[in-house]
Amino acid sequence: MMTNAGSCPAKSFRVAALLAAALWFGAPARAAETADTPRIPDTLQQRIAACTTCHGVHGEGTPGSGYFPRLAGKPAAYLARQMQDFQNGLRKYAPMEYTVRQLPPAYMREIAEYFAAQQVPYGRSPLPPVSAATLQRGEELIGKGDPARRIPACASCHGSQLTGVEPSTPGLVGLPYDYISAQLGSWRTHTRATVAPDCMAEVANRLGESDITAVAAALASRELPPDTHAQPAGSVTPPLRCGVLGATGGTP
Amino acid sequence: MTWLRRLLLLVAVLAVLVLGWMLFGSGGRPTPPAASKVAAATLRDPALIAKGNYLAIVGDCAGCHTAQGGARLAGGRSLPTPFGNIPVPNITPDRETGLGDWSFEDFWQALHSGKGRHGELLYPAFSYTSYTKVNRDDALAIFAWLQSLAPVRQPDMLPALAFPYSVRKSLAAWRALYFKEGEFKPDPAQSVEWNRGAYLVQGLGHCNECHAARDTLGGTPQDVHLTGGQIPMQNWYAPDLSTRRNGGLEGWSAQDIVDLLKTGQSGRGAAFGPMAAVVSGSTQHMTEADLQAVATYLQSLPPRAPVAEPSSPFDTKALTEQGGKVYAQHCAACHGKSGKGVAGVYPPLDGNSSVTEPTGINATRMVLLGGFTPVTAANQRPYSMPPFAQQLNDGEVAAVVTYIRRGWGNHASIVRAEDVSRYRHTPID
Repeated sequence: MMTNAGSCPAKSFRVAALLAAALWFGAPARAAETADTPRIPDTLQQRIAACTTCHGVHGEGTPGSGYFPRLAGKPAAYLARQMQDFQNGLRKYAPMEYTVRQLPPAYMREIAEYFAAQQVPYGRSPLPPVSAATLQRGEELIGKGDPARRIPACASCHGSQLTGVEPSTPGLVGLPYDYISAQLGSWRTHTRATVAPDCMAEVANRLGESDITAVAAALASRELPPDTHAQPAGSVTPPLRCGVLGATGGTP
Repeated sequence: MTWLRRLLLLVAVLAVLVLGWMLFGSGGRPTPPAASKVAAATLRDPALIAKGNYLAIVGDCAGCHTAQGGARLAGGRSLPTPFGNIPVPNITPDRETGLGDWSFEDFWQALHSGKGRHGELLYPAFSYTSYTKVNRDDALAIFAWLQSLAPVRQPDMLPALAFPYSVRKSLAAWRALYFKEGEFKPDPAQSVEWNRGAYLVQGLGHCNECHAARDTLGGTPQDVHLTGGQIPMQNWYAPDLSTRRNGGLEGWSAQDIVDLLKTGQSGRGAAFGPMAAVVSGSTQHMTEADLQAVATYLQSLPPRAPVAEPSSPFDTKALTEQGGKVYAQHCAACHGKSGKGVAGVYPPLDGNSSVTEPTGINATRMVLLGGFTPVTAANQRPYSMPPFAQQLNDGEVAAVVTYIRRGWGNHASIVRAEDVSRYRHTPID
């Protein structure tokens, strides 16, 4: 973390030490800057304090409450796409829209890659009390979907281990119940959307309210697979046409 | 609004309606492009189009005429005002929904006189109060550039204004109070550079539309020039722009002004909120000569009257002490114990006009929202400030804002928890 140079009580000693250090390294001493100027590392992590304040320095989010989503380990293209969707107003959350509104694509990509590369253990989040039948219904939706209502299985896009698929399909395991149900809900209220055809919006609209509870609870209660990395690109054939995947896949 | 004011306004509007009917009753007719005095070939001149592109950037047309995530300059959004929502038109050359059927004469009438193609009075959310100063050659260049764009089909939204503002003709009264039609007249006593700066600031730059206070009818009295004001609806404070004694930019050098407009940052402070968008979308692209001209002009603005040291019935000591603790914990690591910031990275707070502006809104919102400094060619990976809306309560924000507004060499008024609560929402438009 950052340190405040000015907090050192023995200022004169500090100046002398810095001066000595400067002489040692042969750099020009800039006395005016040494007294109180904080030393700011030239790192991406330092630059994106606006992101890490809520999402965590390593993108761990707030697993306890699920309020600030985890970013760590999600596919980079997915994360970059989310920032773009906030910029375009497809995803609606004023603090995010405000924060990323002017960022250029290259910088967003860099930020996305930073969080995608972070490896932090998943925390467990509290589950609401749900019945065994609800969990069973959730497991059914995850693995088989509901063909009668044209609901594809989660695994058919998000990977057999539900850890996501490169380059732009996020993983679903290890996420809090509240986060998953809130996202499915926001697709239904059009506060979350993405480029057309927005396949996830279609799926969310085919789910019933009890399905959302079931699938969110089942996902949140799943044990994590040993390897939580997203599966390689091309390892699934999505059953729907998706804008985020370059509109590939068929229509069931 | 009290019933008496409403009644008076109604009487005034009725009087204006009758007068307006007599004066402008017949409306006007558009000039078809074929009947224009400007030859079609002129509008296709690449040099003129390039000049128009630059001028449209200086005027930041896209800043208003583009919807979030929408096609550039294709409108499709409304501008919220205290009087209601005003649609922002599509100005791409689409024949049905844009300016495709417009002639230069129609465009000039809008930009210079604030009237639509049929003579209808335009709502001054379109800043013709400033654009009227743009000269004909520059207006022609902008029009040629607009006509060179790819047409985008997007119908305008419908106005949603409260009565009596919904009656367009009531604008005749507004115009009598606040609008003086006329191109910029150079001052022969001043340098060429000063005149260029004045022309850009007063005309296309339309700086006064934000950097001056609006009254209850949404107008800026004609003698009020760049003295600072709260931007309606957006609720940011656009500071006074005088660099002289008691000015909002007191002590700013010409280079400080150029730096801020070019890079988004200067030794005296950084652009944020709506100005960040202006720097990113407009001023960073201005030529060095034009930026110097703007700085020269702003430096000639007169000194301002001293503002009385704010007195407070509250015991500010406890508030400031609490603020000092919050500052040490959350702010000093970047802005420094003495509020000097880090050159080129984090702005100073001591002597920063955005911290000490009269209302305290800017500092309050910055603490709540945080965010990145503007993205410019000079600063493509900007540093950022954490948003503290989730971490600090109203009292803590009030305390730390009061601390920085009264710390070091700053002597601004205190901010109370109630003020913070009022500005907690996040502005997107």
